[in-house]
Amino acid sequence: METASLSVGQIRQGLQARRFSAVELAREALRFAEAQNPSTNAYLHFSPERALNAAARVDEKIARGEDPGALAGVPVAVKDVIVTKGLRTTCGSRLLAGYIPPYDATAVERLEAAGGLVLGKTNCDEFAMGSSNENSAFGPVRNPLAPDRVPGGSSGGSAAAVAQGTAVVALGSDTGGSIRQPASFCGVVGVTPTYGRVSRYGLTAFASSLDHVGPLARSVRDAALLLGVIAGRDPQDATSAAAPVPDYTQSLDGNVKGLKLGLPREYLKDLTSETGDLIAAGVAALRKLGCEVRDISLPATDYAVACYYIIATAEASSNLARYDGVRYTFRSASSGTLSEMYRNTRGEGFGAECKRRIMLGTYVLSAGYYDAYYLKAQKVRALIARDFARAFEEVDAIVAPVSPFPAFKLGEKIDDPLAMYLSDIYTITGDLAGIPCMSVPCGKTAGGLPVGMQILARHFDEPNMFRLADAFERASAN
Amino acid sequence: MKISEEQVRYVADLANLSLSEPEVHKLQADLDEILGHIERLKDIDTTDVEPMAQVLYDAAENDTWRADCERPPLGTHTALANAPQSGDGYFKVPKVIER
Repeated sequence: METASLSVGQIRQGLQARRFSAVELAREALRFAEAQNPSTNAYLHFSPERALNAAARVDEKIARGEDPGALAGVPVAVKDVIVTKGLRTTCGSRLLAGYIPPYDATAVERLEAAGGLVLGKTNCDEFAMGSSNENSAFGPVRNPLAPDRVPGGSSGGSAAAVAQGTAVVALGSDTGGSIRQPASFCGVVGVTPTYGRVSRYGLTAFASSLDHVGPLARSVRDAALLLGVIAGRDPQDATSAAAPVPDYTQSLDGNVKGLKLGLPREYLKDLTSETGDLIAAGVAALRKLGCEVRDISLPATDYAVACYYIIATAEASSNLARYDGVRYTFRSASSGTLSEMYRNTRGEGFGAECKRRIMLGTYVLSAGYYDAYYLKAQKVRALIARDFARAFEEVDAIVAPVSPFPAFKLGEKIDDPLAMYLSDIYTITGDLAGIPCMSVPCGKTAGGLPVGMQILARHFDEPNMFRLADAFERASAN
Repeated sequence: MKISEEQVRYVADLANLSLSEPEVHKLQADLDEILGHIERLKDIDTTDVEPMAQVLYDAAENDTWRADCERPPLGTHTALANAPQSGDGYFKVPKVIER
């Protein structure tokens, strides 16, 4: 059985036609993923028992003639910042190398209730902080399409697993682009839903006003299906939205003629020429589909990186305060006094990027700096959100690049944190505004590196975002 | 210079983070560069702009309230399972008060 290119729909058909059982599929998917993993380091650990038990339940339901669920038998990879009951969850950190969560994240619970099989947990930048997956305490992930290059980050393992075919779909998390950027680097679909659309219960907190859980998949349809399963109100997360969840697959109707699209000029300034050409070709394809594309301006964009790295690090410095040697597995051997325990546990446990962000976040919140940095950044955030609100008065969706450049080489940017932060410019704005946004493959460079096109839409307008992405994906396939 | 090594040490103290001397040097340089970029926020006019602390969308205020009812807790044993040191139903830490 070939599992590397299966879609959710093909698995459904195969199970219904009894061409294979869910247990057979799970065994083969695990065998393939474990065999392929050394080439990418996408998975940190596998969960064969859990996947096989879930598969057996799917087979029993099918045998009884019951509906086995929307994701029946689908092998899923879960980013290791999302907790799984009884299954090690490290957040890519030395601090949590032995952490066994006592509960499941809501997104995981829902995908398993829908028949999904959790194959294992995927590598990521430590506590989801990074744009290259090089900040993992357990080694970097290699891009399956170019092994000397990064897969992007922070959901690099999830993107690489989907691209390599060692998972059919995956869960990632996005605070400043951590789903869309690796999706673009690995040539897969990655979705950051509206803020509050998916419960964050069980997502290890990085920056709570910006954190999202979202899907990665090889097609827009599979991403839409997975989002439909995990979205919706959750009493365990007071920030989850009560708005009803539509059947997103209903919007994959190709009906994009007359959709008004905005192309923000601030997002086209600093692209490499190949990325710029591919995005221009993508926009031309959308025009050909009958979309009306107009130039728009999002003037606060130039301030977005500064705004984001104040808010995100301020929130992170608070969220990461809990890792102090008391509750979460790791405690420094040099813990003579309580204060030494706190300081040394954190000093030895956190990697360089987490320390940098804790320091920046603590600094911007410290006495005398709050107004100049944190409060100012919150006001600029309001302006960024206002830019989008104004744009959406005249357009239905916005199209833009995901990243200024395709996947870069391992080690290329790791010593220049500011350059790394600046590369997040096109993705952080969507998180700051809380609007849904996604990356959809938009061709490859001459060197074979994928480039993603970003689609951003109004709050809760995932249907139009998926409609456009699906039409674009189909046009690209022809 | 936006930040000195002295300030780096002060902030690390606030954050309960032990840093080696090379880390202090590197963080001073990194933070200095990042704060230099952040300076540009001075150039954008935010007069009369309300700070945005949360993503807001049209929804009733009580949309996200949950029912106020009892639920079984994790239980002490489970809650302590990941503690580096525990005993008698508590998290154990180095002695805080000298007798």
